[in-house]
Amino acid sequence: MTDTARQQLISRPFDPFDFMARYGTLIALALLILFNFAFTRNFATMQTLNVNLTQVCTIVIVAVGMTLVIATGGIDLSVGSLMAISGALAPMIFLGKIVPIDNVALAVAAAMIIAVGVAGLFGLFNGWLIARFRIQPIVATLVLFIAGRGIAQVLTNGNLQTFRVPQFQWIGLGRLFGIPVQVVLMVLLVIAAAWMLKRTVFGRQIIAVGGNERAAELSGIAVSRVKLVVYAISGLCAGIAGLVVIAINSSSDANLVGMGMELDAIAAVAVGGTLLSGGKATIIGTLLGAMTIQLVRYTLLANGVPDAAALVVKAGIIVLAVWIQQQGRRA
Amino acid sequence: MILRLASALIGRWLFFGISIAMPEPSDAFRIGFAMNTDNLLSMTAIDKRFAGIPALSGASFAVGRGEVHALIGQNGAGKSTLIKVLTGYYKRDAGEVVFDGKPFEVSSPQQAQASGISTIYQEINLVPYRSITENICLGREARRCGLLDWKRMHQEAEALLQRFNVRADVRRPLMEFNTATQQMVAIARAIGFSAKLVIMDEPTSSLDEREVAVLFNVIRQLKQEGVSVVFVSHKLDELYEVCDRVTIMRDGRTVKTAAMNEIDKIGLVSAMLGRAIERAEGHATAFSDRDEKKIGKVLLSAENLAINQIVQDVSFNVRSGEIAGFAGLLGAGRTETARLVFGIDRPHAGSMIFNGQTFDPHKPSDAIAAGMGFCTEDRKSEGIVPDMSVAENMMLALMPKLSKSGVIDEKAQRDIVERFIRQLGIKCSGSDQKVRELSGGNQQKVLLGRWLAMNPRLLILDEPTRGIDVGAKAEIQALIKTLADQGLAVLMISSELEEVIEGADRVFVLREGISVAEFDRDEATEDAVMSAMAHGSAPTVAEAAP
Repeated sequence: MTDTARQQLISRPFDPFDFMARYGTLIALALLILFNFAFTRNFATMQTLNVNLTQVCTIVIVAVGMTLVIATGGIDLSVGSLMAISGALAPMIFLGKIVPIDNVALAVAAAMIIAVGVAGLFGLFNGWLIARFRIQPIVATLVLFIAGRGIAQVLTNGNLQTFRVPQFQWIGLGRLFGIPVQVVLMVLLVIAAAWMLKRTVFGRQIIAVGGNERAAELSGIAVSRVKLVVYAISGLCAGIAGLVVIAINSSSDANLVGMGMELDAIAAVAVGGTLLSGGKATIIGTLLGAMTIQLVRYTLLANGVPDAAALVVKAGIIVLAVWIQQQGRRA
Repeated sequence: MILRLASALIGRWLFFGISIAMPEPSDAFRIGFAMNTDNLLSMTAIDKRFAGIPALSGASFAVGRGEVHALIGQNGAGKSTLIKVLTGYYKRDAGEVVFDGKPFEVSSPQQAQASGISTIYQEINLVPYRSITENICLGREARRCGLLDWKRMHQEAEALLQRFNVRADVRRPLMEFNTATQQMVAIARAIGFSAKLVIMDEPTSSLDEREVAVLFNVIRQLKQEGVSVVFVSHKLDELYEVCDRVTIMRDGRTVKTAAMNEIDKIGLVSAMLGRAIERAEGHATAFSDRDEKKIGKVLLSAENLAINQIVQDVSFNVRSGEIAGFAGLLGAGRTETARLVFGIDRPHAGSMIFNGQTFDPHKPSDAIAAGMGFCTEDRKSEGIVPDMSVAENMMLALMPKLSKSGVIDEKAQRDIVERFIRQLGIKCSGSDQKVRELSGGNQQKVLLGRWLAMNPRLLILDEPTRGIDVGAKAEIQALIKTLADQGLAVLMISSELEEVIEGADRVFVLREGISVAEFDRDEATEDAVMSAMAHGSAPTVAEAAP
């Protein structure tokens, strides 16, 4: 290569699409916040921050798992149904419907661990279908998308479970150093996942599998194992989110918990700048993406636009984000 | 600069081409043929460039009426470009096409088919769940009052199949029939009733012997009816069975046209490779100055490997510090053999010994653990992870060893990557640059680095210099030589004859899935290797390797 060619290689011309793909979400979020400071009444209050953060929490928690799945080039449609399963299972355990447990703390701990664990196992089942039988992820996870909610309804006979167990509801209503517990949980999960993706062998392998599965396999990466684990993680995240939702509501309705969550999570991942075809992922981007979507909705509602219209805007944002991504890639 | 070198090379090849002792049809003779009014098709002086790089330059091609005409050449010789220009898939930059006595201008394969030129591709492009009739009539359904006229379509389909002596219930789904019948349906669909010229692009590659025989009957049938056939294939024996004439392409030119009974297989191979039998002295690769060095014990030996039809009986061995070369035509089973060694596919028969122990890899990681590396032929789809950085790509295989309880040791990684970037001379803006932004040669070096970082004992290189510019090519060849000198065993597959002959200490020749010959360094002359590639057969192994 000649020197000039090398020069070109090093200082590439500025590409607006590449720039937008990289920082677009952050800029959009900043603009939204500025807009709200200027036009939305009572925006600069702790209450507004709390409302928005608590509402975005469950989406972010699910979207973290979804980001890992999408990074491998897959998708997980079953997350909403897995939330319903975990949300149905936990009250049954801490209310003693399956086995009476006297100690409340013990009952709550068992409920949390088992409910989340079961969701993780269902996630593992997704991974097994995909890795072992090479079923397309969208079809394989459609199985539990449909059956999962059914399982939750069968578990509860379709009944609403209501409860008042502060020890359990702490994860939805409690505070740690003045910060809602679920927000702490979300931040911890985001940090852990971002660190894992960047610094660990497993994280690198996830990206490699999504970026070029054949090459990853030929480099000795156990592609099947990577897939199994990401779907299991996605299941675990959905399980945790399910607990948070029922804790906030003091009740669990298998018909409603996690309804439509898969799409919210995918939207957050897409807006955040993770490639839907795999091979490039950012957890922080997903966090920003979820917050952007949430804030758009809040802004519209706070300024008198009905929720139905807000949905249309949400869809528009997703289309725009994906379009920018593709332009950036083509360049 | 690349272009200049390429044209210099082409010039040399042309010179050799002319010096072939065979009765070479002169240009005048060929043009005379093309102007012959008996020709169904004549393409003259066709030029086609992609982004300024010539894919066809002055190619000429003529097919007579009722003639079966073979079109052969190596990868990238321009066969498919020529066919795509003919069928209107590409627009030619210059030249003239006359078909059936009239100038021929089409802008799509559909239009070409309507004008009487049908193409049958390698893969069967049919809808397995639909009936034979639906497949045959797809896209040209018979209608009556706006509704489908099923009765007429069934009749048409039956009549069409009858022409090829196939009897089948055309109402049943295609998937219920065997491959041969499916192939026949594909042919029937392509030919319809109006085709005057049928192009078959490697039609036999997915068929077994019996099915091939059926196909050949169809070709003869077509010929009898006065339909011309252009037959693209890499299997030279087949050509002699059905073809009347052959046109050989190389570097975008049609270098030779001859009657099949006037040219032997060595003639075909040497014209394809651009080699005269008596070749001038001189070196063409960076391997040229290999010194004698210590070659160690046998590291890998494979006996009678077989998988499917592609690899039937391959035996070879590689010693430490040696470059063993695989020569052979396309489809000879070289890559497939390498895949068996690396555990990507499992052999149906045969055995391997690696480093003194029985070796039976189930997956690539087994081969990697044993100390092997594999730079695949297809860098893009099997090598690089395009969106990852140079460093991440290079560390892909080594990564697990460079980590403490799953966390990557960034500093150790950076040191290793920087060292290989320096040693291999990788030109990049830094180890963080995305690998897709690098040139082909530099990507190849990154992949070499990926395996060298593992400190392997055996490195398999499949077409290590394909698609790489001349300068980087020499660098990579020199690198391979240095590695072997340091004691690495190298198994190198290359379609460039000079690369194998000048680079390898021993050359194994594969032909149609069988290892037919083994040559030591001084025995491996071009004519010896070429004749083994063309018509070596299993028994000669016993003679060549006592």
